[in-house]
Amino acid sequence: MITLADQLLVLVLLINFISLGTSRLIFSIRAVAVQGVILGILPGLIHPFSWHLVGITTVIIAVKGFVIPLLLVRAVRSAEIKREVEPFLGYVPTLLLGAVFTALSFGFAGKLPMLPEHQNYMFVPASIATLMSGFLVLTTRRKAISQVIGYLILENGIFIFGLLLAEAMPIMVEAGALLDLLVGTFVMGIVINQISREFSSLDTSRLTSLKEE
Amino acid sequence: MLAALIILPLIGAATCWLIPFDRLRPKVLSLFSLAHFGITLRLLIVTPPESPGGWFHLDALGKIVLLSTSTLFLVCALYSIGYLFYRQERSNRALCMWLLVCLSAASLVTITHHLGLMWVALETTTISMAPLIYFNRNARSIEATWKYLLICSVGVALALIGLYFLAYATIVARVEPSLLLDDLIRDAGKLSSGWVHAAFVFLLVGFGTKMGLAPLHTWKPDAYGEAPGLVGALLSGGLVNLAFLALLRVYQLCLATKEIVFFQNALIVMGLFSMVMAAVFMARQADFKRMLAYSSVEHVGIMAVALGLGGKAIFGALFHILANGLTKGVLFLSSGNIHRSYNSKRTDQVRGVLRRLPWSGGIFLAGFIAITGSPPFAPFISEFTIISSAFMQGQMLVGAIFLLSLTVIFIGMALTVLPMVMGEVPADSEKTAYRDTFWTVGPPLALLLLMFLLGVWIPEPLMTLLRDAAALLEVPQ
Repeated sequence: MITLADQLLVLVLLINFISLGTSRLIFSIRAVAVQGVILGILPGLIHPFSWHLVGITTVIIAVKGFVIPLLLVRAVRSAEIKREVEPFLGYVPTLLLGAVFTALSFGFAGKLPMLPEHQNYMFVPASIATLMSGFLVLTTRRKAISQVIGYLILENGIFIFGLLLAEAMPIMVEAGALLDLLVGTFVMGIVINQISREFSSLDTSRLTSLKEE
Repeated sequence: MLAALIILPLIGAATCWLIPFDRLRPKVLSLFSLAHFGITLRLLIVTPPESPGGWFHLDALGKIVLLSTSTLFLVCALYSIGYLFYRQERSNRALCMWLLVCLSAASLVTITHHLGLMWVALETTTISMAPLIYFNRNARSIEATWKYLLICSVGVALALIGLYFLAYATIVARVEPSLLLDDLIRDAGKLSSGWVHAAFVFLLVGFGTKMGLAPLHTWKPDAYGEAPGLVGALLSGGLVNLAFLALLRVYQLCLATKEIVFFQNALIVMGLFSMVMAAVFMARQADFKRMLAYSSVEHVGIMAVALGLGGKAIFGALFHILANGLTKGVLFLSSGNIHRSYNSKRTDQVRGVLRRLPWSGGIFLAGFIAITGSPPFAPFISEFTIISSAFMQGQMLVGAIFLLSLTVIFIGMALTVLPMVMGEVPADSEKTAYRDTFWTVGPPLALLLLMFLLGVWIPEPLMTLLRDAAALLEVPQ
């Protein structure tokens, strides 16, 4: 099972690069949805079977794979935008930065002590690399939707790390974290709608009336 | 009793959602806040024992933050009766409901000892405030809301990964995996230092963002500037303290590990940087609510420096939770009145407040004197304790930067506040329906009197509470 889990994590890393490199919003949302489904499958591969596990898997796939992406797709449709134009930093530089961060996170993870049974997995580097990729998307893109996508990738990175401690974290906290993510995205979705109504675009670089002179 | 703190405001939120009358809702809000305050006082006197499993435990640190938050909420709720009377052009359903949801989550932050649950509650307070910042429904407020939501969510997410690192450290160390504060403190010596170090960095950045420590403060001027006065009061006097409580929990943990010196130094650097940033941006600020936001950056800086100094300064930091939180209430509520009356928050248009609104103007002026640390108000005591502690410990440079920033901030703020309140009302100033009434002036005035009272005399029970709390944060010899 180790190899399968690791292969899925490689897929997660590839999806990070897809999101870093694409300008098409719907495509990016779908990629993140696939990432969410992979994250839903992962707990089943590393933990023994239990009904608790089935519950978690179902909820994660439903929320990360379907509910949140649908919310975002609807926001994109209603705002009638298709592409991220003119990000603050071009696609090639962000991709390169993403690669650098991914390499760095492997170095960082190598320095930290791990449990012997986790030694062979690449959960920690994958988690940190995903976190950094999300942060990159969040900071380099102009459109509000892209920033939310970045936030979701960042959350996914945190989630990957959370898999290592499924036993340590009682279900209540997991559920709470997931709920917060859902509500947060929902609120952001509403705000996005308001932005597009108020500015007739989703371009957050137009949000400059509060700049310090 | 502890459960009532959480559940009662939620019942209130549901009630506010169901009531169809805008006029009735602020009264319901006040009623529930009053009940919450009553329960808080009772809990301070008769403290329930730790819950089985150790998830809920109201300790001295939690008590201080709970007391300050509950008091501020009550005052803001009473103020909303008068304030929302002038804002009848839009429904206040969302405002009243989310305020009570926030109160419930805030209480949860103060009573829980489970760091994961505390994180969930803290994130809930962040989200529940977003619709309130957007109360004015215009382009500027949406920009502020977006910045607030995005930056704070990322910050709190970073804090979450910090917590995960801590939890993993317990697994690696083969101790009982747990995120309960008491378990972590007990096992702290055995945890692997690599993970713990990484965890503290993420937790400091995460909670620091939520608290608004420079350089992570960029959302603050926008959110405080655009939110209605009473929301600004709750953000700067309530939510800031909750994030500070989270940092205090991390600090408690640091005390038990070898990381405390690193954490203290980081706190001092970030705190001083916040104060300097506030001093730079405070001068010539053209918007008085943004000025108050930079004052908030300054005061979270003060609390961080005090925590970093340790020793006697801890007492100052804890007293500053109350002093800063409640004085911010005075300033934001009275500035809300001024904003209503002039329909502007630009200092070149707002002049002669003392003539137009003698009460609100006077309270605002007194609030300014209090927040800059002048006697006889409460912030003077906390700031004086911190400065003297810095010099006693031989931290001359820290003390000097601290004093210099305070002086520059005092001058910068005076240059904005004095022309505002003095002088004549401009002839072309907009005439609005706002008049000072009992409900808009009474609440901030009551807070101001409380600050005066605490400035001249700290009651014995409060003194005991502060000492107990400071004992929890003492560096073991």
